[in-house]
Amino acid sequence: MTSVRIGAGLGFYGDHWEPVAASIERGQLQFVASDHLAELTLAILQKDRQRDPALGYARDVVPLLLRLWPLMQARGVRFVCNAGGLNPVGAAQAVQAALQARGLKARIAVVAGDDVLPRLQDPAQGFHHLFHGGHVDGVRERLVFANAYLGAAPIVRALEGGADIVITGRVADAALFLGPLVHALGWGLRDASSPADWGRLAQGLTVGHLLECSGQGSGGNFGSQGWWQRIPDLARIGYPIAEVWEDGSALITKAPETGGLVNFDTVRQQLLYEVHDPHAYHSPDVVLDMGQIELRDEGQHRVHLSGAQGSAPGPQLKVVAGYRDGYKAEVSWGFSWPDAWDKAQAAQAMIRAELARRRVPHDELFVEYPGLNAAHGPLAPLPDAEALNGLNEIWTRLVLRTPDRAAAEGFGRLFPWLALSGPAFTSGFSGLHGASELLGIWPTLVDRVSVEAGVTLDWLEAGP
Amino acid sequence: MNTSDDKVLVPLARIAHARSGDKADWVDFGLFARNQAGWRLIEREVTAARVQAHFAPWLPGEVLLWPLPRLLALKLVLKDALQGGGARNLRHDNLGKAMAGALLRMEVAVTQAELDEAQQSPTVAWWP
Repeated sequence: MTSVRIGAGLGFYGDHWEPVAASIERGQLQFVASDHLAELTLAILQKDRQRDPALGYARDVVPLLLRLWPLMQARGVRFVCNAGGLNPVGAAQAVQAALQARGLKARIAVVAGDDVLPRLQDPAQGFHHLFHGGHVDGVRERLVFANAYLGAAPIVRALEGGADIVITGRVADAALFLGPLVHALGWGLRDASSPADWGRLAQGLTVGHLLECSGQGSGGNFGSQGWWQRIPDLARIGYPIAEVWEDGSALITKAPETGGLVNFDTVRQQLLYEVHDPHAYHSPDVVLDMGQIELRDEGQHRVHLSGAQGSAPGPQLKVVAGYRDGYKAEVSWGFSWPDAWDKAQAAQAMIRAELARRRVPHDELFVEYPGLNAAHGPLAPLPDAEALNGLNEIWTRLVLRTPDRAAAEGFGRLFPWLALSGPAFTSGFSGLHGASELLGIWPTLVDRVSVEAGVTLDWLEAGP
Repeated sequence: MNTSDDKVLVPLARIAHARSGDKADWVDFGLFARNQAGWRLIEREVTAARVQAHFAPWLPGEVLLWPLPRLLALKLVLKDALQGGGARNLRHDNLGKAMAGALLRMEVAVTQAELDEAQQSPTVAWWP
């Protein structure tokens, strides 16, 4: 029976790509799929695009391909990524220019058409919040991006057209993997109809979900007490690789001579990651039910996946939009023993008095104590007052939330005078300058047919 | 006197592992037993209401729960947990990646024999 091997690329914009080189060199891959877009990444890219309209894509794709494309080309490996972000054509042009300058040849396909901002800005349309049902009117004027999650179909078309490198904007993360599987294994996508058809797509989507977060599928970020230490050599982690057969059955593994761990524990942590209802994991191509999934641990970094069930997706696509939602400015500083806790409280009271005296407009002054309770809030038990004052040092992080940009920019300057006029033994002050814009996220749904009608596939050739 | 039926309170970290993630303003958790003995305890002791009560002093959102017995796992969602979402959350841990640790702090009531069995039975997973 025919099978195909696909390897995980990056799991986010900024991830490490040497593990991908190891997968290409020793993993016997036909495809690499690389996810550069977390839910919030488009917010970062939107700021880039405001500065320079030629940007708005995940810029790491250029150095990544300069390093990896020669390795892939030599072995006939094809590459699919969503690094296009808000500007897939710009990303493809940058890749083309960079490859060309090195004398490298590649046929590049660009998938665009996920931008639905004009629709959300149209006052005639509703776009209710997917979680709380609120109406988009309250944020419409402040929207800065809105992108629909496209499915695997345009990726399949690009691969059928002979693409070596496929660059998309927002597509469902797992579709980056499902596309190559559908293409290589000849699965029906638009013509899926039987439970077996949907089951294969559900298996393919599950494979994509297991690989889309790079090292999280092979022992990275393994949440546990006393077990993570047993995972070998994370410094040389091998990102997960899947071998998938025509009937949809799949094996999760990694390249030989790499670190990390592929077993029942590490794979199921990733299986449920960022999933809500596990019986209805929606994607544009198939709705996945994980209820009958079986992960059979074969040892030696081999986990067999079966039992994913699928059904037809609905007539709408998910959209994630972002809207401007005020500013923040953050400061942190430390106080040392003795009486560190009381001194931190006294200094904080001086700052609160300054905010009031100057009538600095703000919604909230958020305070947490890194090293004591920043990660778990009141669920982290604190020592009593006497013990707190006996601690070696107390770090305070103060964050102002304000609708007023100038108030945010001036926040850091309320602090320096305390170095000479406040409580003793402070150090490590940071945050004098700088405010950053906050973005609210607006998940909603959009009509599928009209979005898909606007999806485009363009071609660029790099070559000597 | 300690009889065999007396319950002890132990944090979930002793019998389970967990990962958390974010979607907009909701944090989700996978909570995993290492073996059938651990799964029986988790299935019995970890309910949506108890997890909600555990987080309530910090994050009073609603909790949803789905058991996945074939994976010896619970899927949980805690609503309204991220100050409106990662890009407007002022916390250091703006995406809730450390919140799985807060879930593993939750205490469950088990007998010493049950705890011993869950901790000493072999893991289903292969570990090198």
